[in-house]
Amino acid sequence: MSGRTLFDKIWDAHVAMAETPEHPAVLGIDLHFVHEVTSPQAFAELNRRGLTVRRPDRTVATMDHSTPTLPMSRATLAVLDPSGAHQLDQLETNCARHRIPLFGLESDHQGIVHVIGPELGLTQPGMTIVCGDSHTSTHGAFGALAFGIGTSEVGHVLATQGLLQRRPQTFEVRVEGRLRPGVTAKDLVLYLISRLGIDAGTGSVFEYRGEAIEALTMEERMTLCNMSIEAGARAGLVAPDQTTFDYLRGRAYAPRGQAWEEARRRWSELPTDADATFDRSVTFDAATIEPMLTYGTNPAMAVGIREPIPDRAVGSDDESLRKALDYMGFRSGDQLLGQPIDVVFIGSCTNARLSDLTAAARILEGRRVADQVRMLVVPGSRQVKRQAEELGLDEVFRAAGAEWREAGCSMCLAMNGDQIEPGQYALSTSNRNFEGRQGAGGRTLLASPITAAASAIAGAIVDARETQVEVAS
Amino acid sequence: MKPFTTLQSRVVGLPVDNIDTDQIIPARFLKGVDRLGLGEGLFANWRDDPEFVLNRPQLQDARILISGENFGCGSSREHAAWALLDFGFRAVISSRFGDIFRSNALKNGLLPVELPHAVVRQLMHHAREPAGLHLEIDLEGSRVRTLATGPDSSTAESWPFTVDPFSRRCLLEGIDQLGFLLRQVPAIERWEASRPVQTPTSSVPQEHRS
Repeated sequence: MSGRTLFDKIWDAHVAMAETPEHPAVLGIDLHFVHEVTSPQAFAELNRRGLTVRRPDRTVATMDHSTPTLPMSRATLAVLDPSGAHQLDQLETNCARHRIPLFGLESDHQGIVHVIGPELGLTQPGMTIVCGDSHTSTHGAFGALAFGIGTSEVGHVLATQGLLQRRPQTFEVRVEGRLRPGVTAKDLVLYLISRLGIDAGTGSVFEYRGEAIEALTMEERMTLCNMSIEAGARAGLVAPDQTTFDYLRGRAYAPRGQAWEEARRRWSELPTDADATFDRSVTFDAATIEPMLTYGTNPAMAVGIREPIPDRAVGSDDESLRKALDYMGFRSGDQLLGQPIDVVFIGSCTNARLSDLTAAARILEGRRVADQVRMLVVPGSRQVKRQAEELGLDEVFRAAGAEWREAGCSMCLAMNGDQIEPGQYALSTSNRNFEGRQGAGGRTLLASPITAAASAIAGAIVDARETQVEVAS
Repeated sequence: MKPFTTLQSRVVGLPVDNIDTDQIIPARFLKGVDRLGLGEGLFANWRDDPEFVLNRPQLQDARILISGENFGCGSSREHAAWALLDFGFRAVISSRFGDIFRSNALKNGLLPVELPHAVVRQLMHHAREPAGLHLEIDLEGSRVRTLATGPDSSTAESWPFTVDPFSRRCLLEGIDQLGFLLRQVPAIERWEASRPVQTPTSSVPQEHRS
């Protein structure tokens, strides 16, 4: 028997009923994250059928998408945003009724679901993790099979703790060599998506491997796995190693004592066997990657920051590229360096962890955001916010003229009132530059926190490596 | 769920690749707690343009949408499928679908029909002509057929398509997948009991246990 991949090992260990041509496999689910936007209809369906939540002890809820990022009382929110407030109320009611642990607005652990899972140590290697959110792929950074599901499936997991799934294909994304100074995990993933195309991973699970991947910190691996879905893959994996174990040890929900030793032993058996094969495989060289920036309306429309906008984009035909460039107000051949920007957003499940905020603050320290630029810094969780404030990062951001906000998804998808205006250019550390994603008519360029912070000072796109600031990672 | 057997309809052509679920329904329409009325938000940012194809009066009764490749990529929001259904669509044709969108559509009686790229291009061309395009989608026979609108019915063409057999049976019979899954709970319980090591649960942090 030939060896198995990391994916194969996790999948095989979770098949509760085998797949046949007539029906998919029933996959057992270890952990289900729930938030206020994609769950109310699922709970309503359970209630309608008189069903209960089968494993509330394998379910965790938080509030992130519809939450305000300005401090305000629930009464104020109910006036300013009655439908958002109603979603939060509904989640509280549903969690109380079904005895689901909830990290709500009053909790010290509230935050973006893909930030709090890892920081609490809930996310662990070898698990199956799902959530009604496509960026659930983030948790793959720990060597967990984690993927986004729709609301019907949220209901399926609530009711049964199982899911009907066909086995996906395996897709090795190997990155050799090392990233150069000033090049981040965000640049790496934008580069990979721009080379693979927006739908290369459809039907597949990525496993990121190679020297460059092994060298990444856990927060960098989360940034990488987070955007797997932007290349079409529902999940992306990195094999657990010492970096993973060092991150997890001592976290609130991580095993302790003897249980830790046993877990570590189990986790050490997860990495792909030497003789395992993948359905597909590609290899890239990390040393050739530059800081990246998107110019179009999907994340595959990205280029090196010093390159002109190309006349071809992988995965988009000429008409789609032309439509995207018209929307963005760009032309093929244009340089992005020097492009004026109106808004800078540092936040989201991609880049709102402590290391992201630290990197941005290091650039902004003692400097000012350009007068015409509005800059929003939104920590990924209460815990990140607290840690950042202990380090004085909030003071750095405020002194630079940026807004320091409460934790949440905020301007990444602009459903809580944080949004950009029609025609504005936003340079964002989030994950999607789709038309209108950050507000109807708004135009988004995706980049790393370093590029975002340096450009905020200049009021236009700059290569952070060219500025007189320390960017070495 | 309403069974899906055979559908005959005029076709709306939307020749754009990579239509993401943020286009199908922007996030500002996701603030409800039910599934009702989401058709209002369908392609909301594009419908502001009076020339947008869904604003044409002669296409108001169309039940089939044909689009460029990779339809429904991006966000997992099932609201995208609900909005298409609420607007009146029962099927979407593309050469490729986003995985999560496809799964969501099939669970709601919205049929994703995957056809080869060249066929989609040809059908798209006809859908955008003044005479328009009428198709029959036969799920039982798993074929798409052109329906003649004039006297020349001899030119009808047809193409096979495949849908996951399980989802196909559920659609044909109007069975919802949760009903099937609930019957497998004993298998899930057996699997849980057979696991050598239970993964930590969410209810009590380890730090409060030891």
